[in-house]
Amino acid sequence: MSTQSRGAEAISAAFQRAAEDRRTELITYLTLGYPTRDATVPLVRALDQGGSGIIELGVPFSDPVADGPLIQRASHAALQAGITPAGCLDLAAEIRAAGVRQPLILMGYYNPILAHGPAQYVQHCVDVGVDGLIVPDLPPEEASSLQSACDATGVALIYLIAPTSSPERQAIIAARTSGFLYVVSRLGTTGRGTLPLDTLRTQITALRPLARTPIAVGFGISTAQQARAVADTGADGVIVGSAVVERAAEGPDALERFTAELSAALAGPQ
Amino acid sequence: MTQPTDRAWRGLPDSRGYYGAYGGRYVPETLIGPLQDLEYAYRALRASATFQTDLAELLRDYVGRPTPLTEARRLSAACGGARIWLKREDLAHTGAHKINNALGQALIARAMGKRRIIAETGAGQHGVASATVAALLGMTCVVYMGTEDMARQAPNVARMRLLGAEVRPVDVGSCTLKDAINEALRDWAANVTDSHYLLGSALGPHPYPMIVRDMQSIIGREARAQSLEQMGRLPNALIACVGGGSNAIGLFHPFLDDPVQLIGVEAGGQGIETGLHAARLADPERGRPGVLQGVHTYVLQDPDGQIAATHSISAGLDYAAIGPEHANLRVLARAEYTWATDEAALEAFHALARTEGILPALESSHALAEAIRLAPLHPPEHILLVNLSGRGDKDLDTILAQEGRP
Repeated sequence: MSTQSRGAEAISAAFQRAAEDRRTELITYLTLGYPTRDATVPLVRALDQGGSGIIELGVPFSDPVADGPLIQRASHAALQAGITPAGCLDLAAEIRAAGVRQPLILMGYYNPILAHGPAQYVQHCVDVGVDGLIVPDLPPEEASSLQSACDATGVALIYLIAPTSSPERQAIIAARTSGFLYVVSRLGTTGRGTLPLDTLRTQITALRPLARTPIAVGFGISTAQQARAVADTGADGVIVGSAVVERAAEGPDALERFTAELSAALAGPQ
Repeated sequence: MTQPTDRAWRGLPDSRGYYGAYGGRYVPETLIGPLQDLEYAYRALRASATFQTDLAELLRDYVGRPTPLTEARRLSAACGGARIWLKREDLAHTGAHKINNALGQALIARAMGKRRIIAETGAGQHGVASATVAALLGMTCVVYMGTEDMARQAPNVARMRLLGAEVRPVDVGSCTLKDAINEALRDWAANVTDSHYLLGSALGPHPYPMIVRDMQSIIGREARAQSLEQMGRLPNALIACVGGGSNAIGLFHPFLDDPVQLIGVEAGGQGIETGLHAARLADPERGRPGVLQGVHTYVLQDPDGQIAATHSISAGLDYAAIGPEHANLRVLARAEYTWATDEAALEAFHALARTEGILPALESSHALAEAIRLAPLHPPEHILLVNLSGRGDKDLDTILAQEGRP
């Protein structure tokens, strides 16, 4: 990475490099503090070494309503082990100190951000080298204070589009998101599942003229084969969460091998 | 008390689903479309004479409304002072006010073409009401219930199953109502096409607090008319327990413009100072505005914004957030909120049983405890109207376990 752009710009640059390399960007998700606090930095390094172009870090919350059983359990275990939102920001700083250069995105629910104060939270994100935020229970209508803090600092606020989003909402969200547009592949929560590939292909084609950013697809992608299939629908990025968290419990070596498998599957054009 | 010139509680929620600073729609994007669909469908049905007629007939012929307003003469005499009247929601079919909302929402779901009902339950009363209306309307019903609540409300688990519902145990987090709501929301997100989430309290994302309030306002409308008829006047104060707050908002709402004191009673558990309670508005340290399960309101939380564990002897009040309209009524000082401890609720339970021959639900016993505390402070002309939101049969195991067999 030659330039040291941060925030939404760093995320765009990552997608641009992927496009230049004719590959689909791999975005992996790991719950911070899982399975232990000390395990986190080596695990993120494994994602880095395995070829994940963007890394999403989960901030554990007591009531993760958008998440399926795997990430729920990981969040619960991390909280039991004493992880806090401030501890998550410290971990992000340690990840940077360990030499991880990829864009880092924090994925966390809104109440801890509200308790922290949205503007202060975003400033802390900037301070520790976090480039973007995904807040799954904060639709654009409720996001004004976090949005202005992100706009003021260049931190990306990444919004999601769901299969139930009306065409009008899809247009609004596509215009509002920064960094990338997160397309939820199917109904339900995060975790293993079947993917409606034909619907996804149609949706991505329809979103393309509306989106100012790359489009990444997440939820239910747990194997290299599924990742490739989603890449072939025209997505610019593929997000793998629960399967990564599951592999993280087996340690950094297993995680790096799995990440390398995923990124190999995403190399090469559609 | 009432400030007649400043009726800022009127006409809420606003177009974004807010009651002042409280309310809103903080949910994953997958649920936004279904919530909008529900809001549009409900606004249309609310204006539909057919819907209102169907609902009114079922409330009369199936639920048994209107429920009576009973003067508690021997309880009042035992307390000395103010006279206590009871709005008898315990006499509604299934034994609590929950049926009013369950029936209304099931009719909405049917009109929207949904064939499957998802519900959460704490005390089990809402689960029983949902299972009941699903059976009545020929819909399938799945009820999520925390394993701790299943243990303390075993009779209601059996009732739901007898009514044909599937009860799914929730053994994550605190294993109580909050966790059951998380699971219900997750189920809905996966099954929005054919399912309606029948949320049981005046909580959650817009439009639920509005729909539930509207469905429960029959309590207040009846109580107001019955007061004028039976007392020849309005009561001085209304008292209701507040978990999410559906029975309270249902009673209060039709009285908002009247010179009547409104008192909500939260679960004081083992005392506010112990931290073992569910009194969101009584604990300035942990009860702060926040977002839980779709709504911005007062939430019991730690300094990091993690949702706090709650405690109450009554499963139906054991929840970390209060309905957003209550938060607003409190800020506007139109209603006041206090708490009753587990112990005070148990004493009130026994007092009503022995003086009036009524076993109240432990939830309702919190409201009674406040009436018993207030009555001696007032003269006999003073009238306290207590919402007896449910019957206590479901709580016998809890009470016997707490006190030993009588």
